[in-house]
Amino acid sequence: MSVHKLHTSDKAESHSADGALLSLRGLGLAVPAGKEWRPLVEEVDLSIGRGEAVGLVGESGSGKSMTARTVLGLTPPGARVTGEIVFDGTPVTGADQRALRALRTRRIAMIFQDPRAHINPVRTIGDFLTEAMIANLEVPAPEAAARAVRLLADVGITDGERRMRQYPHELSGGLLQRVMIASVLAVEPDLVLADEPTTALDVTTQSEVMAILDELRRERGMAMLLITHDLELAAATCDRLAVMYAGRIVETQPATALTSTPRHPYTSGLMLSRPSIDAVVHRLPVIPGRPLAAFEADDGCAFAPRCAHAQGLCHEGRPPVQELDGARVACVRAGELTLQGES
Amino acid sequence: MTALTTRVRGSLGSRARDGASRAVRSLGPLGVTAAALLVLVALVTLLAPVLAPYDPDQPDLFNALGGASAAHPLGGDALGRDVLSRLMWGARTTLSGPVLIICLSTVVGTTLAITAAWAGGKVDAIVSRLLDILFAVPGIVFALITVAVLGPGITGVVLGLAVAYTPYVARVVRSAALRERNLPYVAAAWVQGRSAFAICVRHLLPNLRPLIIAQSVSALGFAVIDLAAISFLGLGVQPPTSDWGLMVKSGLDSATRGQPLEALGAGLLIVLVVAAVIVLGDRLGQEEGGRR
Repeated sequence: MSVHKLHTSDKAESHSADGALLSLRGLGLAVPAGKEWRPLVEEVDLSIGRGEAVGLVGESGSGKSMTARTVLGLTPPGARVTGEIVFDGTPVTGADQRALRALRTRRIAMIFQDPRAHINPVRTIGDFLTEAMIANLEVPAPEAAARAVRLLADVGITDGERRMRQYPHELSGGLLQRVMIASVLAVEPDLVLADEPTTALDVTTQSEVMAILDELRRERGMAMLLITHDLELAAATCDRLAVMYAGRIVETQPATALTSTPRHPYTSGLMLSRPSIDAVVHRLPVIPGRPLAAFEADDGCAFAPRCAHAQGLCHEGRPPVQELDGARVACVRAGELTLQGES
Repeated sequence: MTALTTRVRGSLGSRARDGASRAVRSLGPLGVTAAALLVLVALVTLLAPVLAPYDPDQPDLFNALGGASAAHPLGGDALGRDVLSRLMWGARTTLSGPVLIICLSTVVGTTLAITAAWAGGKVDAIVSRLLDILFAVPGIVFALITVAVLGPGITGVVLGLAVAYTPYVARVVRSAALRERNLPYVAAAWVQGRSAFAICVRHLLPNLRPLIIAQSVSALGFAVIDLAAISFLGLGVQPPTSDWGLMVKSGLDSATRGQPLEALGAGLLIVLVVAAVIVLGDRLGQEEGGRR
């Protein structure tokens, strides 16, 4: 359980065996391609405790968004889901539509990357914010409106009354993402799935929006799964980080431990390839090659072709996940390597 | 003045004025003329009992086939009924029928289209094939079938034409709804736990509204022509009720006997109203196209 949980929600507090709010066990997602199945996500094990923030980091196409969307049943048409998703002790995989909908209305909410595309353009901000409250929580309309204005104030929008009457096109991207965050807070879910919430925003608004999201989440004791390709951002806001590569999680560690002592060569490569304001380098180190999608990987470790430490064993079978000083890492050489982390 | 109102749209009044001026700009001079003409026709239609100088169904043999005079500006028909009064009253039957046809076909067509687009798969296939079958039968033929079943009169014709117009609405709305339902905001609403019905009514419909309005207005023009044609054939509105389509027919006899005003007036009104409606529908459609 997390230390950040300040108040307990009054919703059902039934605990599953391992106490996790959400646990993914051996989750896999495959889409049909001709006669065979093309995997997008494979054998993902991840758990999120109550009030805990977990960062899911990876490059484009690594399957991180797909993992989060699968939790809510937002899978591509015809996709096949394998493994188990357990939310608050109840299995979600194989649940009927009604149960899934109940989960969506109250327990799990999602923040999307591009707020402009995910908010109906012809309806006002007020409509957008109050709709879920009125329909899902059965709050009377005037009260929902008052609550929405308060929520807008919480996310730093002071002239809420006026904003409520405006249309999405009248607001900037940063403001609209705050509106999206407010809409998530409105239903007070137990878990927020934040799918690259700041990627579509410019850098200065990014940090503001992230700070607001993180602060309000902690206040309300909501757990968060933050999906991002920004390792630094994830490390700054999350308790634990999971790094994805080619549809699999290659490393899971507490955020501070992951940045100081990465255990997987890919994580180390990610850490080294970002600019630092302390060190002057003329050319940033890069990981050679390009990121693979899950279905492109051959038999061995998916990262082996790009890995500086790869040996013969790396090309024989998928590396099993091993426990190592509190880290879970999928690398056969993890024990013998000393990898460079944050300088 | 318009730039100023755009800049200072704080109060509700100026916002409404701004909306009006924007509408005028997007319609253009021809569109505004068409709209003004339709408003005028609608007013005369509504106020026919007040404005019409005579009872439209009252024969006056002294005025039979009478030419234009101060008492009867458009003369009298074969029975001496005042042509001007009959045109005013006739607007009611001539225009209410098409409005009813469009309302019915729009409601049914839109419902079918959104259901098909949302459900996809088999439902979509069945609805689409059904629409294809309806497309194969011309509207007039449908009206003839319903008239054969229900007997001559306005009810049968309206029902028949409403069925005939449904596929036109449904086809246009379905393709737009298909595009709309795949937009991310629909997925976002779905993830919020909204029901399919709520998403269709509260999200899809408002986004499709401009298109539906433009489509309906264009179809209204064709409905006026079709209904007038059926009345001209004697299957729609029955005498002695005044109706423009009927008046073109009875006016033809009068014209051969030296009184062309009845047929000319009714024919001209049909042409003007249809042209105005089509121009307006076209402008609304263009605005919809520009919005995308």
